[in-house]
Amino acid sequence: MNRGFFPPAEPVSRLIDEFNKLPGIGPKSAARLAYHLLRMPEAEARSLAEAIIAVKDKIVLCSLCQNITDSDPYAICRSKQRDQNKICIVEEPLDILALERTGQYQGLYHVLHGVISPMEGIGPDDLKIRELLGRLKSGKVEEVILATNPNLEGEATAMYLQRLLSPSGIRMTSLARGLPVGGDLEYADEVTLGRALEGRREV
Amino acid sequence: MTTPKVYKTEAIVLRRINLGEADKILTLYTPNLGKIRAIAKGVRKPTSKLGGHVELLTHCSLMLARGRNLDIVSQGETLDSFSPLRRDLWRISCALYLAELVDAFAAENVENRPVFALLLDALHWLGQARHTGLVLRYFELHLLGHLGYQPQLQQCVNCKSALEPTANFFSASGGGMLCPNCVDTEPVTRPISLNALKVLRFLQNSDLATSQRLRLSPDLSRELEQLLREYIRYLLERELKSTEFLHRLEQDFVTDLR
Repeated sequence: MNRGFFPPAEPVSRLIDEFNKLPGIGPKSAARLAYHLLRMPEAEARSLAEAIIAVKDKIVLCSLCQNITDSDPYAICRSKQRDQNKICIVEEPLDILALERTGQYQGLYHVLHGVISPMEGIGPDDLKIRELLGRLKSGKVEEVILATNPNLEGEATAMYLQRLLSPSGIRMTSLARGLPVGGDLEYADEVTLGRALEGRREV
Repeated sequence: MTTPKVYKTEAIVLRRINLGEADKILTLYTPNLGKIRAIAKGVRKPTSKLGGHVELLTHCSLMLARGRNLDIVSQGETLDSFSPLRRDLWRISCALYLAELVDAFAAENVENRPVFALLLDALHWLGQARHTGLVLRYFELHLLGHLGYQPQLQQCVNCKSALEPTANFFSASGGGMLCPNCVDTEPVTRPISLNALKVLRFLQNSDLATSQRLRLSPDLSRELEQLLREYIRYLLERELKSTEFLHRLEQDFVTDLR
């Protein structure tokens, strides 16, 4: 029985329901956002709606590197200045941004969109590994750089790729593991410090 | 019971889930508190001093502070990172399977010291074992035992008579062996070879080091794996996710993974 309860007008309650689906937004915040939109100037509300549609319409995955892009192929894949013989494999599109900020890498990328995680039921088929194998078939690639995160799942994914690609004879490297700049030696864990020692270099 | 604001415990990290910007929720298995969940702040930043100490499948010593919902890890130190394990994809995957098994069976905040000791022992052995399958079977059998699901291997669970050395049956629903006369008394049964029964009995009464002396044929290994997996599936009423990846690895790299 729903005596005496009048829900908001249908378009408003629909908007509230939609907001409610977003991460971190409960029913109260959803209602507040919806009523805020109602009070907004029409131009602003329309521009928000268009931005949402544009994201869904124009954004695709690059057919080569699988990065999120609005022009296929992605700018880095198209660029003539990039070294076409190197592919750096990363977990997420944001990792490309981080690597690009270093300004030290001139090769291409490949985004896996995830990482092998047996406990979550994420296996090789859920990642963009088949697409990677397709790219490597061309024979132009001389070096594959494994840049997955230095945690257990990232390492497992790197080891899986290493096993998968080793018959091809392509040179495979991985990012060095070691101490972070600005870190403190005494707080480093044994694994990191051990790897840092392994990877020490002549000065 | 009064609980102090800050407490210290040993733990093995079973699972890590991202939370917010740079935090993770850890699922830990501890000797005194059983399975607990705690928040590790800032561990995804490269400069985190905690990050490496609370990596998956690490045995660590932690200082935890009571939080409103979940406790918060304030300090951590690695006791054993099982580094021989980490260098091999197959061994890592086996270890993740053990972690998932414990996570699936253990209830939160229920002390079970033998399970903790068993997990520690098994992770240690997985790094060096020649036959990883035996470590998994040993672990499954003993974990079930410590949780109250120890399969009855000495006598028929229905008529209680001693088992004859013939082809008998194993029943997941009955929790043990059935003699040929009683097969129809339980809904879930499967035939079990005499050798498989002998191995199970041996594993139940030995320790991990001794169990490594066994040599099993591929067929026998597979039979034991399927039998225990079926029993576990019956108890949990679901399939464990990491088993699929283990099978996948076996298929992709047929070349002698074990």
